[in-house]
Amino acid sequence: MADASAAGEGGAAELVFNDVTKRYPGRPQPAVNSLSLVVPAGDICVLVGPSGAGKTTAMKMVNRLIDITDGDITIEGRSVRAMGLTQLRRGIGYVIQQVGLFPHMDVADNIATVPRLLGWDRARISRRVDELLDLVGLDAAQDRTRYPAELSGGQRQRVGLARALAADPPLMLMDEPFGAIDPITRDRLQNEFLRLHREIRKTVIFVTHDIDEAIKMGDRIAILRQGGVLAQYATPDEILASPVDDFVASFVGADRGLKRLALTRVGDIALEPAPAMAADGIPTVPETTSLRDALSLMLTHGGRPLLVVDGSGRATGTVTVDLVSETLSNGGGRRGAAA
Amino acid sequence: MTGDLLHTVVTAQTVIPKFGHANDCVRQNHTFCWSWFSDHWSDTFQPALLDHIKLTLIAVAVGFVMSVACAIFAYRRGWFERPFTVFAGVLYTIPSLALFQLLVPVSGLTELTVEIALVSYTLLILFRNTLTGLQEVPEDAREAARGMGLTANQQLWRVEVPLALPAIMAGLRVATVTVISLATVAAFVVNEGLGAPIFAALQSDFNTEFIAAGALAVLLALVADALLVGVQRLATPWARAGRAAS
Repeated sequence: MADASAAGEGGAAELVFNDVTKRYPGRPQPAVNSLSLVVPAGDICVLVGPSGAGKTTAMKMVNRLIDITDGDITIEGRSVRAMGLTQLRRGIGYVIQQVGLFPHMDVADNIATVPRLLGWDRARISRRVDELLDLVGLDAAQDRTRYPAELSGGQRQRVGLARALAADPPLMLMDEPFGAIDPITRDRLQNEFLRLHREIRKTVIFVTHDIDEAIKMGDRIAILRQGGVLAQYATPDEILASPVDDFVASFVGADRGLKRLALTRVGDIALEPAPAMAADGIPTVPETTSLRDALSLMLTHGGRPLLVVDGSGRATGTVTVDLVSETLSNGGGRRGAAA
Repeated sequence: MTGDLLHTVVTAQTVIPKFGHANDCVRQNHTFCWSWFSDHWSDTFQPALLDHIKLTLIAVAVGFVMSVACAIFAYRRGWFERPFTVFAGVLYTIPSLALFQLLVPVSGLTELTVEIALVSYTLLILFRNTLTGLQEVPEDAREAARGMGLTANQQLWRVEVPLALPAIMAGLRVATVTVISLATVAAFVVNEGLGAPIFAALQSDFNTEFIAAGALAVLLALVADALLVGVQRLATPWARAGRAAS
């Protein structure tokens, strides 16, 4: 991965949905119903919900692939309705599930699409393509002249991401970007995207139907229900700790406690002191282990505590089942990168 | 003595003046006389071949421009597809001789008549192939193009038309071969193209002229098709990349 300067200059934009409604003629129920939410600049906001909840519709109203019926969406305070269509879209990175690479263009030409529309000169485009290939973990020398048909699904999605980032847009729309990829590659791409996002800090609207992906990727999650109604908009931890109603509770799943534990690392909570003398047979775990994994390990060891060690192997404390349970009931879970 | 006389008489009867001095092969109308063919390459076959190429190029070029324009229009305005298909289909089903017959009173015994007929036969195949090619552009590529802020025209010329190229080229190959074959019938209207020596040979039963002109037409079709395959490969390198990978 390259340094942050490769993609960070465009900054991030605050995105606001202001009472946005989408109605299709001839349908009694709106697809999106009075949606209001504020996505702070640089955050990943995940729109999640069952099918028919209007999450993709809501996203596509941002770049006006779908027209807004009522209300308004603003990017850095500017209404999307007031901007020219092509100008608006060229300023927003767009990633879709099927990637939508152009099969007749090689990787470099695909990535160069928007910079070319914006009239960048060739040398600048070429530099930018190299930068981006590097950023998304592809080989700049080898991969730039390959055609999409010669790439694996994961590689295609990386190219799609590079293409969306090409003109350094302050806002990205991602429509189930990892939905069509096998679970192992998906997990890797999710982790890479989170790392990338920490570097480039774009505002991201991320649509998925998978609550686990939402919890993993989102700084904030908007849960939509049938009819395009916003059920809850909060951080993953808040949603898992206190779902507002039965719909949200059942959507996040009966195992929401466990999911919440997955968000917190053992190093993040106040541990019991480590035993003074080395206790043989006590399993040890690194600080970066999630509470969920720690709990699982304890349960398979008859509920016995675990010794937590830091990066250099020094014991920093012990974690017990009681401690985990207490953390959950205290609402002490914290957003972490445990995976 | 008698033999010589007979020989002279036979010669006088068989040889048509335009063939000039005739050797045995020509006199006895063998299947194919190389010497006659090479003697008449520059005054008969080469001009006929060049005319034939000219007739074909004009017809294919005009038909191509018309068909692609109509296909793009039909792609954007769906209602246009059906009436144009019917129109081109009807033209396609009219026998070529009948079509010439119909056109002669309007445009006379001219190249224009020939070209109108030849163009008519390219429309259906070129229109259909171009339109199908455009319609089969993957939806995700189209959506990505729209989402990235390409205007409708940029989408068409940078994404949709290039992706339809394999289908367009396939249509162009069929249309070209068809026109080369049909253009021989043009001699019915104007004394041009490889059809002219074929017509002359049919009237005189002279094998060499008939076979040479026919073979040249076949050869021209094969060469044209091979050239178009070459153009297609150069124009769509990505299509082969896809096949190699899958």
